[in-house]
Amino acid sequence: MNIVVAIKHIPSIADDLPVKGNNVDFDSVDFVLNEFDEQSIEQAVLVKEAVGGTVTVVGVDMIGELDAVLHLALAKGADKAVKITGDDPAADSHQQAKWLAEAIKGMSADMVFAGVQASNDLDGQIGPMIAAHLDMPYIGGVSSVEVSDHTATVNKEFAGGIGGKYSVSLPMVVGVQAASKPPRYAPISKVRQVAQTATIEKVSPSGDATSGLAFKKMAPPVVTGHAEMIEGSSKDVAKKIVELLKSKGLA
Amino acid sequence: MAPKFEKVKVVEKEHAVVDGVDISGHWNRMFEQRVITEYTPELIEKVADIPGGESFANCYQCAKCIAVCPVDIVGNYGPRKLYRYAQTGMDLTEAPELWLCTTCKNCLRVCPKEVDMIQIMPAVREQAILAGKFVPAELQQAFENTAKSGNPLGQPQRKRDAWIKDAGVEVPIIKDLARPVDVLWYVGSYPSYHPRGIDAASAAARIFSALGIDFAILGKEEKDDADSQRLAGEKGLFEMMTEYNIETFNKYEWKELMVTGPHELNAFKNVYPKYGFERPVVHYTTFLARYLDQLKPLLKHRVEKKITYHDPCYLGRHNGEYEAPRKLLEAIPGVELVEMQRNRENGYCCGGGGGGMWMDSFTAKHTTMRLSEKRAMEAASTGADVLAVACPFEVSRFADAVKSTGNEHVDVLDILELLDKSIRGEQ
Repeated sequence: MNIVVAIKHIPSIADDLPVKGNNVDFDSVDFVLNEFDEQSIEQAVLVKEAVGGTVTVVGVDMIGELDAVLHLALAKGADKAVKITGDDPAADSHQQAKWLAEAIKGMSADMVFAGVQASNDLDGQIGPMIAAHLDMPYIGGVSSVEVSDHTATVNKEFAGGIGGKYSVSLPMVVGVQAASKPPRYAPISKVRQVAQTATIEKVSPSGDATSGLAFKKMAPPVVTGHAEMIEGSSKDVAKKIVELLKSKGLA
Repeated sequence: MAPKFEKVKVVEKEHAVVDGVDISGHWNRMFEQRVITEYTPELIEKVADIPGGESFANCYQCAKCIAVCPVDIVGNYGPRKLYRYAQTGMDLTEAPELWLCTTCKNCLRVCPKEVDMIQIMPAVREQAILAGKFVPAELQQAFENTAKSGNPLGQPQRKRDAWIKDAGVEVPIIKDLARPVDVLWYVGSYPSYHPRGIDAASAAARIFSALGIDFAILGKEEKDDADSQRLAGEKGLFEMMTEYNIETFNKYEWKELMVTGPHELNAFKNVYPKYGFERPVVHYTTFLARYLDQLKPLLKHRVEKKITYHDPCYLGRHNGEYEAPRKLLEAIPGVELVEMQRNRENGYCCGGGGGGMWMDSFTAKHTTMRLSEKRAMEAASTGADVLAVACPFEVSRFADAVKSTGNEHVDVLDILELLDKSIRGEQ
């Protein structure tokens, strides 16, 4: 099994997100691994552990700090790491999908994993676009993957708690919502060991993509309302809550 | 020439002379070597072969440690027992016992063979973690939080200094101050984020301000010391944080580094020198004890309380400070200081050290009660109204423990909060 995981390095939203011009002020934010990609890496490693093979993690180096993320992926069980030297923190999901697809083309992948979405674009398009570029089938919203005899059985989550089970002939692209187990913790001792010995393959970005989104304006949301804190004894508070619910026609 | 005896034969004679020595009447004496061939040394060697684990093999089963081990007092544990378990088949790298030690150091204090659990436990834990063996999930979460957010609570870095706006006094950030200060105050993660920790941090700020101390904090640049994570086996995480912290400390000019927490004291004073950082580090109790003459006139309001003080393991046994906290408490007018049975060098551990802070649920499964509960009961038995502490791990631990043991009448307060009460009066 040749498994490839396409990851995204995105601005952290744990801190304030400063805006500069029509985009995020990329110089003032930390970049982190997309949360769904953590799930995606875990699912890929679980499949490898079940059926054997290799896991290659590939991502676009947006700000020259992707190595740390790739070392973490290697410490968690990935075998190879590749970075596409994009060096453009503003590259959107369309552009990244094209670069990633071009890099993955030569890897003869049986399965490509991608996080189902990321908190920057929120368009959930990386996976489907890579699939389109590579001419592979795509299933997103996946919460577990099993592989046997070159066929993958995946569970896809739908709204309302409904799940669907699909059998897919490989190769395919999977958009991971959640791995079948919580992502493992990679001890920093191990990550640091890996960082000293691992080699990361560098690939130049290739291929252009028309941008899916054109930014007209970006600004922090304007605060229009606020929460009302009800003071007083628990009886008074309960009374006021009942009045409020009645006044809004909810009770 | 040594006497020879036949194997597997107990010699008990009415009248016996061996090498000219009359040993008649010693009916219980056995002249044969104790058969210990059913015990294998492999699992002891497995621990002793790990760098740092060597002294495990020193144990000669005297059991002095068992009398003082805080975990044995609420369970069935202790260095001697671990050695015995290893002899009879327990692989410490895979056993739950690996995660129960709080590195409180009371065993090492009494051990005639210097079996050093403070070295052994982190070393064996690191091997277990690296080999992907069992690690309590709640501990992994604390590791992950520290690696990702810079603190074990998983709180955002940008909120690290959010507490200062409600402190009631100005708390300068060294970056904004842009000048050298006398004291760089390392606040710590729990005083920065935990609601009860913030109470202590705010009290500290008001005390320093009242004393006119020239201090500043690192604000959003401050990150966890990760010493307890190191003792819990994540040395790599500790080193990552250490590199960051040393670089940050060295960015600014200051004369002394003051810490709110004993674990930070241990890290910066005893471990950081190995990483090239050798600067004066002081715990707030030691620091404030120097200012007793200036502090006493400020302590205007009487605090009519019977107070017992809990010695933090990492302030007392690990760093030898027993008197400064007591001097500060005794300086407060109205305070009657009473001692718990286990105090100073023999102080009982709260269970928070060595990563125990993040393994409460796990530890609870292997003990009859939490260590903090045992200690809260001991505090209550003195008749004290207040359990005074000097470690940011302890306020939340003991506040829970007094409740769960039915001792709500005992207030758990940091010494900083008590001093602040005396300066400002009940608020």
